[in-house]
Amino acid sequence: MEIAPESQAPPSPIPKLIEDLTLLDEVSNRTAGVSRLEMCIQCGTCGGSCPSAADMDHTPRMLFAMIRAGMRKDALMSNTPWICVSCYHCVVRCPQNVHIADVMYTLKGMAIEAKLYRDSTAPDFSQTFVDMVEEYGRSFEFGLATRHYLKHFPLRLPSMAPMGFGMLTRQRMSMTPRRIKGIDQLKTILKKAKEVEAVHE
Amino acid sequence: MTQDNGNSQDVQERIGVYVCHCGTNIAGTVDVQQVAEWAATRLKRRGVVIGRDYKFMCSSLGQELIENDIKELGLTRVVVAACSPHLHEATFRNACQRAGLNPYLCELVSIREQVSWVHTDKVAATVKSQAVVSGGVERVLRHEPLEPLRVPIHPATLVVGGGIAGIQSALEIADAGYRVYLVEREPSIGGHMAQFDKTFPTLDCSACILTPRMVQAGAHPNITLLTYSEVEKVDGYVGNFVVTIRKKARKINEELCTGCGICQEKCPVKVIDDVYEAGLGYRKVVYTPFPQAVPKFPVMDVENCTYFKKGTCKACEKFCPTNAIDFNQQDEVFSVEVGNIVLATGYDLFDARRVTNYGYGRLPNVFTSLEFERLSNAAGPTNGSIVLRDGKTVPKAVGIIHCVGSRDRNFNNYCSTICCMQGLKFAHLVHERTGATVYNFYIDMRTAYKAYDEFYQRVLEEGTLFVRGKVAEVTDVPRIKDEEGHLIIQCEDTLAGKQRRIPVDMVILSIGLQPRADAKETAKKFGLSCSADGWFIEKHPKLDPVATMTEGVYIAGCAQGPKDIPSSVAQGAAAAARVLGKIQQREMALEPVRASINQDQCSGCRICNNLCPFNAILFHDDRMVSEINPALCQGCGTCVAACPAGAISGTAFSNEQIMAQIEGLMLLNVGEEITL
Amino acid sequence: MSKYLLYPGCSMETSARAYYDSLKAISGPVGLELEEIEDWNCCGATEYLGISLTPAYALISRNLALAAQQNHGKRAVVAPCSACYLNLAKADYYMREQPTLATHVNQALAAGGLSYTPGSLAIRHLLDVLIYDIGLDTIKSKVVRPLTGLRVAPYLGCMVPRPDYEKRWSDHEHPVELDLLLKALGAEVIDFPLKTHCCGGHMTQIGPETAFELIRGLIVSAEAHEADIMTTVCPMCQMNLDAYQGEANRYFGSAFKMPIVFFTQLMGVAFGLDPKDLGFGLELTSARKAMSRVGVETPEPQASAPRPRKDSSLPMPKPLPTKADLAEKVEAAK
Repeated sequence: MEIAPESQAPPSPIPKLIEDLTLLDEVSNRTAGVSRLEMCIQCGTCGGSCPSAADMDHTPRMLFAMIRAGMRKDALMSNTPWICVSCYHCVVRCPQNVHIADVMYTLKGMAIEAKLYRDSTAPDFSQTFVDMVEEYGRSFEFGLATRHYLKHFPLRLPSMAPMGFGMLTRQRMSMTPRRIKGIDQLKTILKKAKEVEAVHE
Repeated sequence: MTQDNGNSQDVQERIGVYVCHCGTNIAGTVDVQQVAEWAATRLKRRGVVIGRDYKFMCSSLGQELIENDIKELGLTRVVVAACSPHLHEATFRNACQRAGLNPYLCELVSIREQVSWVHTDKVAATVKSQAVVSGGVERVLRHEPLEPLRVPIHPATLVVGGGIAGIQSALEIADAGYRVYLVEREPSIGGHMAQFDKTFPTLDCSACILTPRMVQAGAHPNITLLTYSEVEKVDGYVGNFVVTIRKKARKINEELCTGCGICQEKCPVKVIDDVYEAGLGYRKVVYTPFPQAVPKFPVMDVENCTYFKKGTCKACEKFCPTNAIDFNQQDEVFSVEVGNIVLATGYDLFDARRVTNYGYGRLPNVFTSLEFERLSNAAGPTNGSIVLRDGKTVPKAVGIIHCVGSRDRNFNNYCSTICCMQGLKFAHLVHERTGATVYNFYIDMRTAYKAYDEFYQRVLEEGTLFVRGKVAEVTDVPRIKDEEGHLIIQCEDTLAGKQRRIPVDMVILSIGLQPRADAKETAKKFGLSCSADGWFIEKHPKLDPVATMTEGVYIAGCAQGPKDIPSSVAQGAAAAARVLGKIQQREMALEPVRASINQDQCSGCRICNNLCPFNAILFHDDRMVSEINPALCQGCGTCVAACPAGAISGTAFSNEQIMAQIEGLMLLNVGEEITL
Repeated sequence: MSKYLLYPGCSMETSARAYYDSLKAISGPVGLELEEIEDWNCCGATEYLGISLTPAYALISRNLALAAQQNHGKRAVVAPCSACYLNLAKADYYMREQPTLATHVNQALAAGGLSYTPGSLAIRHLLDVLIYDIGLDTIKSKVVRPLTGLRVAPYLGCMVPRPDYEKRWSDHEHPVELDLLLKALGAEVIDFPLKTHCCGGHMTQIGPETAFELIRGLIVSAEAHEADIMTTVCPMCQMNLDAYQGEANRYFGSAFKMPIVFFTQLMGVAFGLDPKDLGFGLELTSARKAMSRVGVETPEPQASAPRPRKDSSLPMPKPLPTKADLAEKVEAAK
């Protein structure tokens, strides 16, 4: 048996892990308050406490290790922040007082900005919610739920109908949105906020 | 220069200024040569006759420089610009003394901690150093030669706390032939060690190695054992303390009591023993905490005694064969004179109920480490069987949680040091006695010190399952069938990167150590200070670990910080060695740097009384003035600064000296031009 | 009368109407005067924070700025909704912790002619105000129809006891406040081990299976403790456990029928108010059967369990003195 001659092309170099050591600082700086993320001792209290850890790509602890290691793409692609239910169990139990839940919010924002999320269900839900709030100044559950389920869980929509019907007949959901009086003021404030945000990012 | 009156020489003193490089520590940021030259030229009229810089002033060659100048140039004052006086004040004072200059005519100013280490701008740092030197020169001009105070040392010693550290200290001193008063709050000496079953890593029976020491201490001719007693007040100073002690009424006549135990047997009332049995067992109202107690005399718990509550019963009295029960016995208060004091007051355990997510106090089969010690102790409430709280079921799976209350900013931020080894010891005991599956949950495994890591290896070999992860919660709410009827430990297995829920029957919380609840009070009583965490602060964390800032008061064992038995014993012995060293001197010299009160100016406001960290200020009720005990005063200056009437001044830090130093410091801002 | 500025939040007008109705009904009897912040806007729930920092905090802070404007005395803002309460408290806290955030937010607010000084308002949750300002004694004194015999699972969910920036609650994991209030109403309160565990939050929208599992866990535990009814302080918790209970049943093939109502509804019942004015009937999982126990049945005298002949059990540690602590806290809060 003849062995096939090796390709003439030089072997491609092993891709080197690019360690982006600015990531930790960036995440910290974009988090409300003082994140204390650099204080993480990898004890796993957060991952142990998390009610939705089973659905996460990485436990929060592991995500923080990735951030510290500068694995920007992997960290921002993780579904972990999107699965976080903001229960704050990790926050109050963390022995180092890391503002874990707020770091999760930061990572969501950074992932949207870098378009690095694999499943758009959660980002879309956030965006739809925010769109409605920006438009009306109030949340609009009916519009939100229908729009969201239509896009992401169309097959589930029929089974949700009894619940939606129940909510509507009990007038616990309104078919029309309500708008605040100062919507223009709010829009001005948010526009300015976005400008400020853009400058300081 | 503000004091410039046109004379070429304003003062008569001859001052030498010595600027240290401290390698690059100072010279890296400060132009030391320039500082020395500047002092020699610009401060000539203030009496500076020589300015030198040298690589290491504290070296013997550096010191010789100063000594030679004193002799050859006839220096009458010395200013050394180097590190903090904490480090080398004594070095340079001694150098002056060797050259025949009164050591208190030497002033050490810091240009390392206060200049080079906190600045980066070399020009500014050099200017600031000049100012600091100038301040030192102005101040040293107003120094006076001082002579140290000599006081005799009383040869007796007070040891507070009868745990293993205190016992060790007492025995060492007593064996050397000196009297020791060993004061213990509980009815017996022995401390926490008496509650333990086995000790790590050798698995010696704790009682077997402790009780001979207890007996020795109890029977030693040089040890006066004062159990069920507390120190009320400490007066005096090193070498001459007068300590007031309250010996609480046991309601037992110790002269008559033979320790036969009949009273305890006949007493009809049982109460939960919160102290010795850690709340896991019962004791009688008349009781000795444990069979090997030293002394053997029982004590009566008046609060729970039927006779004291209702006026009837007296069963103990009826049955006592020697008439030793004395319901009318009162507390005795007396004082003893001692030269030195060793504080070995130990620790409290972290209150596990505070970590609500671990369910202690709510979930019956969650135990603390001390409870487990009692459970596994042959003399404990279950005679050593490791069982659940129902008192009979042997657990099939046991989880041991490390770092409970320690290394956690929500509770205690420090490592309690013993919990890892304690958790491993428990794993071994559970495995050996029950054959149960054992899980240890840890963050970091800390098994430093001799033969400790080998013990970890042994426990690994025995098949204990280790999970690296701080436990998130212990719950009795099952999610699946297999969890029903169990406690579930939920945590992240950080090495597997997955959340796990592990069903067990028993959870043991390896709780941390914390300072005694009354540690601050005790510290105040003995003139010590506590760290932010509440432990007593040693004089130097590395080089003087058992002495304190108060002369004659030493600390040993866990009162200083969490530690295991070997370290506690070592500290107990070390404190004894320090005490013996003092006793051998027979008398000692005290620093003459101290404050005094001008009684004519004192308004009697007593502000200084409470501020003094060394309890050195006495208030005369009759004359309504305060007075400072010179032997007790450590010269810290707190009272000087606090006195609203300006009635207090300190030798070596009088108002005049401080004002002069400030003026010297301001020289660069207010005085003549400085060109660099 | 204790006066507060009320931030109701969006859900109080829609999905949690029962909460709003019952709050209005009980505020008179307990002496709680609520003045709604005029033209308040949505707090952004947990969604806006994940999009962009400054706009999210500006959105929240517009409400704080309006409240401060309307604040004619030293009044606190009270929020009945957990998420709203947390967002308001969080914005106020983080703007103090990190002054640059306050600067940025105020730059945005200024564009709308508003401003807010962090720390100038106290942000309180309704339960906190009822317990620590109104007081259990006052509440108890208004009870005319004690909820005797009704076994209630007190359910707080996450965002009221955590993260608790101002340390207002007795505990983050197992607080006693709601239990004490329910006991004051005469209810039989179960020691609900999951009282501060998660209801699923927004996972009903983005990962329903996870949410269903969390909902199931809560109801199973309440049932295991033989609770007749669950009560909550949070619109999201009520919504998830009530409206999605049917969905969860379908998903697991279970047949849970655990009603969940707002604690204010139970207060109203105990105060003898008309259930219709308290939003009863708006729940999807009917509370009728559970509520029929109140005032209709008296609890049977419980036969005490036979004493075991030889009790070899070991004593339990004493509980932390939370009641005393609480009393102190109540005192301190005054």
